[in-house]
Amino acid sequence: MESLTDILQYFIQNLINAAQRGSFYAVISIGYSMVYGVLMLFNFAHGDIFMVGTYIGFGIATLFLAIFAGLLPAPLIFLSTVVVTMFLASWIGVFVEVAGYRPLRQAPRASAAITGLMIGIIFETGILILLGAKRLSFPPLMESVTYNIGGVYFTNVKVMIIIISLLLMLALHGFIQKTKWGMAMRAMSYDFLAVPLMGVSINIIAPLTFAVGAGLASVAGILYGQAYPILDPYMGVIIGWKAFVAAILGGRGSIKGAALAGYLLGFIEIFVATIFPSTLRDLIAYSIILIILTFRPRGFFGMEHSTKLRL
Amino acid sequence: MSDLLNVTHMTHYFGGLRAVHNYNLNIKPQQITGLIGPNGAGKTTIFNLITGVYTPTEGQISLENQSIVGLETNEIAAKGLGRTFQNLALWRHMNVLDHIRMAHYSQLNYGLFGAFFNTPACRRQEAEVEENAYRLLELFDIRQHADQLVVNLPYGAQRRVEMARAMATRPKILFLDEPTAGMTPDELVQMIKIIRQVHRDFNVAIFLIEHRMKFVMELCQHIQTLVFGEVIAEGPPEEIQNNPEVIEAYLGKEDLT
Repeated sequence: MESLTDILQYFIQNLINAAQRGSFYAVISIGYSMVYGVLMLFNFAHGDIFMVGTYIGFGIATLFLAIFAGLLPAPLIFLSTVVVTMFLASWIGVFVEVAGYRPLRQAPRASAAITGLMIGIIFETGILILLGAKRLSFPPLMESVTYNIGGVYFTNVKVMIIIISLLLMLALHGFIQKTKWGMAMRAMSYDFLAVPLMGVSINIIAPLTFAVGAGLASVAGILYGQAYPILDPYMGVIIGWKAFVAAILGGRGSIKGAALAGYLLGFIEIFVATIFPSTLRDLIAYSIILIILTFRPRGFFGMEHSTKLRL
Repeated sequence: MSDLLNVTHMTHYFGGLRAVHNYNLNIKPQQITGLIGPNGAGKTTIFNLITGVYTPTEGQISLENQSIVGLETNEIAAKGLGRTFQNLALWRHMNVLDHIRMAHYSQLNYGLFGAFFNTPACRRQEAEVEENAYRLLELFDIRQHADQLVVNLPYGAQRRVEMARAMATRPKILFLDEPTAGMTPDELVQMIKIIRQVHRDFNVAIFLIEHRMKFVMELCQHIQTLVFGEVIAEGPPEEIQNNPEVIEAYLGKEDLT
């Protein structure tokens, strides 16, 4: 006979797992939403940008551990890995915008959409050629310690993943609300005809948006590498699609929506797996999402753009 | 006095359709010029051509004797051209203050580094912009709405937000696309007052598209009449008012007084 405490323990245990999983979806899906808000297109290369970002993180982490392990405290190595990876990966975002999407700004939407898919394939095969098919293992950036509080088990890594993700989203919120570029991004998502008249160049805002999305995805990649340390050139595909689902569920172009939906996705997946056999997890979880979308086709915070003109 | 804005022999085609034909325009500093004509005559197209939304098929456009043909809209805006739109290009879910802050974009020159560490220089710039924004809100009588989302504002106030936003970019010339469209008589009176005030206080030239004859005749020093992409008559208001061609082509039996 299960007692109430047992059930509560079980619930909290899964809540932590769900928050970790949701953190990945949330941070990645924001990249889809931001780009959609600014350019009204979904960047289908984003999952693979996440993958490349993870590989960059892997490279930087390996390098920094080789040089600084023992010399510097682990949190500092962690932090510098995050900062340097974010910086490098944001250039991947810039590259995707400038080389992939910019030449097709006047093209039909479908062309831009397949551009993303093609860039994704190029990245996957590029990594495959560069590093071979061998699966790599992400080095742990901190020693894992397991805590037990009132029968709930969790590791410091898990807590750190959740906290860093929340901090990142908080920082992004400040960027979007306070800085001139953030304001321009918000403005673009409501009406982009008037934005250039404020002296704002779309050729600055668009790559910057991709850069922020890629930077976030790369940190998600490092964190993901701490939780699931296997790197694979195709790792971005499934997680990319799921984050895309979160972006739609949150409401097209809504950053807040994408973050919330990312967490919701994590919670649904984990809790479905606690009730049903894990082989049925995605089947049931995404059927639930489908039902939600049937009742809220615009997602949680979706709204109409006031200008239908295409960029 | 030298010309502020100069357009010569501008022609534009959309595919096979000739939207604007051999269009010429001179605007001197602080002059108010009106562009009238029936719906579909190409008035907004002319605005879009000059502001860089489209690039003209042929012709020259210069602002203060510098060619602006082929420049991006943001570059033209930075050279001193402000604009409002016929159907309000506002950012519906942003508050009024943010609209005006956003319009100071070119005047904020901090970098990513400064923004990230919120340096004193960055804070000072933001404070200056905010102060200036409040001054503009005061002037356009929308200070009381500063924290409201524009989508929740009455129509007349939304129009004033758009105009305040355009003025915050510090234009030398302001393009107004039907500034009184859809306004109530009270709002209309206020709009005339505001345009006069803007013209006086900011030393700005104004180029406006308008359908209300009384309004155009009262405000403008020079009026062009556009029909099927061609100017059929231009001159001071009293001349246009009595031009039989204009009356026939556009004004019809409308009471001009």
